[in-house]
Amino acid sequence: MTKRVAVIVFPGSNCEQDAVLALRYLGADPHYVFHRDTNLAGFDAVVVPGGFSYGDYLRTGAIAAFSPVMESIRDFAVTGGPVVGICNGFQILCEAGLLPGALRRNAGLKFRCLPVDIRVETNETPFTRMSVQGDVLEVPINHFEGNYYCDKGTLQQLEDEDRIVFRYVNNPNGALADIAGIVSAGRNVLGMMPHPERAVDPAVGGTDGQVIFSSMLAGSLA
Amino acid sequence: MKFHASIDVMPRTEISDPQGQTIERALPGIGFESVEEVRVGKRITLTVTAEDEQEARNILNGACERFLANPVIEDYEIHL
Amino acid sequence: MTLTADEFERIKVILGREPNEAELAMYSVMWSEHCSYKSSRIHLKNLPSHGPHVLVGPGEGAGVIRVDDIAVAIRLESHNHPSFVEPVQGAATGIGGVVRDVLSMGARPIALLDPLRFGPLPTEGRVEPEVAERNRFLVEGVVSGISSYGNCLGIPTVGGEVTFEDCYSGNPLVNVMCIGVASIDAIRSATAEGPGNKVLLLGSKTGRDGIGGVSVLASATFDEAAADKRPSVQVGDPFTEKLLIEACLEMMQAGLAVGVQDLGGAGLCCATSETAAKASTGMNIDLDQVPRREPNMQPFELLTSESQERMLVIVAPANVGAALAICEKWELNASVIGEVTDTGQLVVTQNGMVVADVPAASLGDGPLYDRPATKPAWIDVLQDEDVTSHPPTEMGKALLELISSPNIASKHWVWEQYDHQVMLGTVVKPGVDAAVLRLPGAKSRLAVTTDANARFCFLDPYLGAKHCVAEAYRNISALGATPVAITNCLNFGSPEREEVMWQFIEAVKAIGEACLVLGTPVTGGNVSFYNETGTTAIYPTPVIGMVGVLAEGIEPRPMGFMNEGDVVVCIGHTEAELGGSEYARTLLGKVAGRIPALDLGLEVARADVVRAAIAKGILSSCHDISEGGLAVALVEACVFAGKGATIHPENHLAAHEWLFSETASRYLVSLKEKDLDALGEVEMTVLGKVEGDTLVIEGILEVTVDELAGCYRDAFAKAMGYHAR
Repeated sequence: MTKRVAVIVFPGSNCEQDAVLALRYLGADPHYVFHRDTNLAGFDAVVVPGGFSYGDYLRTGAIAAFSPVMESIRDFAVTGGPVVGICNGFQILCEAGLLPGALRRNAGLKFRCLPVDIRVETNETPFTRMSVQGDVLEVPINHFEGNYYCDKGTLQQLEDEDRIVFRYVNNPNGALADIAGIVSAGRNVLGMMPHPERAVDPAVGGTDGQVIFSSMLAGSLA
Repeated sequence: MKFHASIDVMPRTEISDPQGQTIERALPGIGFESVEEVRVGKRITLTVTAEDEQEARNILNGACERFLANPVIEDYEIHL
Repeated sequence: MTLTADEFERIKVILGREPNEAELAMYSVMWSEHCSYKSSRIHLKNLPSHGPHVLVGPGEGAGVIRVDDIAVAIRLESHNHPSFVEPVQGAATGIGGVVRDVLSMGARPIALLDPLRFGPLPTEGRVEPEVAERNRFLVEGVVSGISSYGNCLGIPTVGGEVTFEDCYSGNPLVNVMCIGVASIDAIRSATAEGPGNKVLLLGSKTGRDGIGGVSVLASATFDEAAADKRPSVQVGDPFTEKLLIEACLEMMQAGLAVGVQDLGGAGLCCATSETAAKASTGMNIDLDQVPRREPNMQPFELLTSESQERMLVIVAPANVGAALAICEKWELNASVIGEVTDTGQLVVTQNGMVVADVPAASLGDGPLYDRPATKPAWIDVLQDEDVTSHPPTEMGKALLELISSPNIASKHWVWEQYDHQVMLGTVVKPGVDAAVLRLPGAKSRLAVTTDANARFCFLDPYLGAKHCVAEAYRNISALGATPVAITNCLNFGSPEREEVMWQFIEAVKAIGEACLVLGTPVTGGNVSFYNETGTTAIYPTPVIGMVGVLAEGIEPRPMGFMNEGDVVVCIGHTEAELGGSEYARTLLGKVAGRIPALDLGLEVARADVVRAAIAKGILSSCHDISEGGLAVALVEACVFAGKGATIHPENHLAAHEWLFSETASRYLVSLKEKDLDALGEVEMTVLGKVEGDTLVIEGILEVTVDELAGCYRDAFAKAMGYHAR
């Protein structure tokens, strides 16, 4: 059955259309959900897309984290629904406490937009189950604040619980332990800096990002 | 002598501060309705070696004018 | 104030009385060079502006062409002086302005290109170290301003240029091009139709930003303007701009907006009078309803403030509630500030008192000048200078030096700071001849480029400007697309100087002639005069923004040599034409000589051959030959794909002339040998073969592709003071 996916729109989001295009390309049924809406009933998955919610003012994701829809996303996640935050979406999920850690300015202090290689560190997540551990995917990054940071204890926990999903092959931003993406303790909330939706349609950026959405859309969604 | 200094760099009052305005608009939604006139700057702390306080100030004024602040759009205040 | 005594008299005749302070300020900005085009209009009116693709020609917020069944809006603008005062904010607000221009046509902005020109960087050793350091600071700032503003808007920056000449040290050029799309019936003119309709002001509050900015900053030379103009710097707010885009498009889609106009130069005064004048209506404006950022603002300040991120929307009274609800949804300030009238007058009130009352159309109907022009004497002297009889002692070293020039080296350091992918439309990314974009709702794709060759224009404004159009044409054709229209940004010195006016007239004449032959009508443009510091004007710099249509099913070829064993072919014939070349500039330190000849008929014929070959799918690679000549094109083709080539030199010229001449109308292509005949009737030379890991030009030079790539890829970052990654 076609999966219904909520793509959240905050003021300043700008990758929501790309997420919708990519999801449609893969046969899903995506719908925009404005950040003031709180009804996620009937959705099989949630995508928090990239962009500059609230202009990245104060801190990236800080203002969006207080939007009404975030409570609904929290509830959705508690019941095991898959949630993926991409780039600014990752930053928002961190600010909202759905994922640990924070994204700091890139070590090179420059915005960077280029394809990077990321390695699949675990396929025991709803987002990588169709890939093989060790697979290397070429997926574009596009951020100024992508330098993942968390304290030592948290990092140890992420490692111990096999929650680091993607690592950069060549770290482009100074991220701690080359972290490009992590999942929540329940494994159903993914945050990642690279943009898989930009690597779905072969006409514009390769196809290596497909596996992430395909995994999310396949199989039984708890 | 070493002087510890903190420098507040703020957008000049007549210059638009989009960040401050956006934060101000967001605050009521989170339950802080009584807050207004938000402006956002940055604080720089540093240590400067100088003969006396006046020299320290002179050095820091120079550093602010040329580098730490952008006098085109920012004011600064030095606290020693 | 910048009005002349004659202009003041003219205002008195229009009003039948002396203008008051607010009215004087309004005329002063509206009749400034920047807003009124008073020195250029008389020449621009001769440009060809009609063609099968043109839907909206010059005179609107943006030109509009038809591609398949959709409308594509194009606009190119300058933000030179603000970017010199404060590079980050200057470049940022430049994007804001051009994006709102496209939005005002009813189109969604989908791409940006940034043609940038600066003084030399420190590593070049061409200017005083402190000047070079300031230039470096400006590059850093401008790129960061474009990056922060454009990326936040979610509009991909897909192309542009970054070039360096000594003349831009005191006056960099920051131009921005924006492309937008809409359904054809959604395209609208920014007019205030319908007396009784309400006037809404959307977006940021009004402050004392850039009071007199357009008239002072862009209509005077820099020394006069710089010192006390600092407080007028405008800070960009891309977040509010993004909300404006979404809110305005939503209003237009819902049929709520009668007309939409951006507030740019001359602010409220310009937006209200222009929209009213276009509809032959009038307007009453109540300044008390204008949300403001600062207390005690005077009427003239509110009327001429250039506070960024504001739009004017004309709405029928019954739709005001719905329009305001859309603004509320997007958390955007909006207020009803007035009403459309049938009086033809722009009547402005504050505290119930009339503070200005002028015929709306008179503000836009400024003076017109036919300024005197004289050919500068130095042109012939420079043209006669010899740039040919100085071959380099070691050709390999010369080539490495040339590809390390910031003008030639890869600019990935720049465009990797720009989001060039958002919207999932970028089929051909930056770093090649032109960008190719998918267009929502169309099967054809759009090829787009910006081009100027300021050295050529300096040495020969007429022929040079033709080259600018021809090179843009070649860039688009090299991707297999058919050029259909241009827009332009004409950057010149002070029109009050006869030499500058001569350069301007020559260049405009040439652009018109070239566009006629090449079939690319002029859909609009922007004139930026007064680009000079001291007595030195910049090189005449007409920047051409060209768009082409890439038909469905045609796949653009990469510029790099993709297949081992392919033959390497130069389409066209190389002449000894080093005048104005990158070689003469970088290796001889000279901007001199006679610039290459140009035959526009040949240009079209060869482009037809190239396009046909791409359509047939027989080319493995295609690249236009321009700055740095054949040698640089070969390096780029090798580096792009990481493959070497063996090339047999042609003997009709000295080696350095053959390698570095910038002869027009040439392409470097590679293809299977068996397909050579399929290229058809065209002057060409088989140069050699794609093979190995070294660029071998027999008897002249041998450099490994790794070494070439190291120079070509890293030189720019190094020149900017960054270590290569």
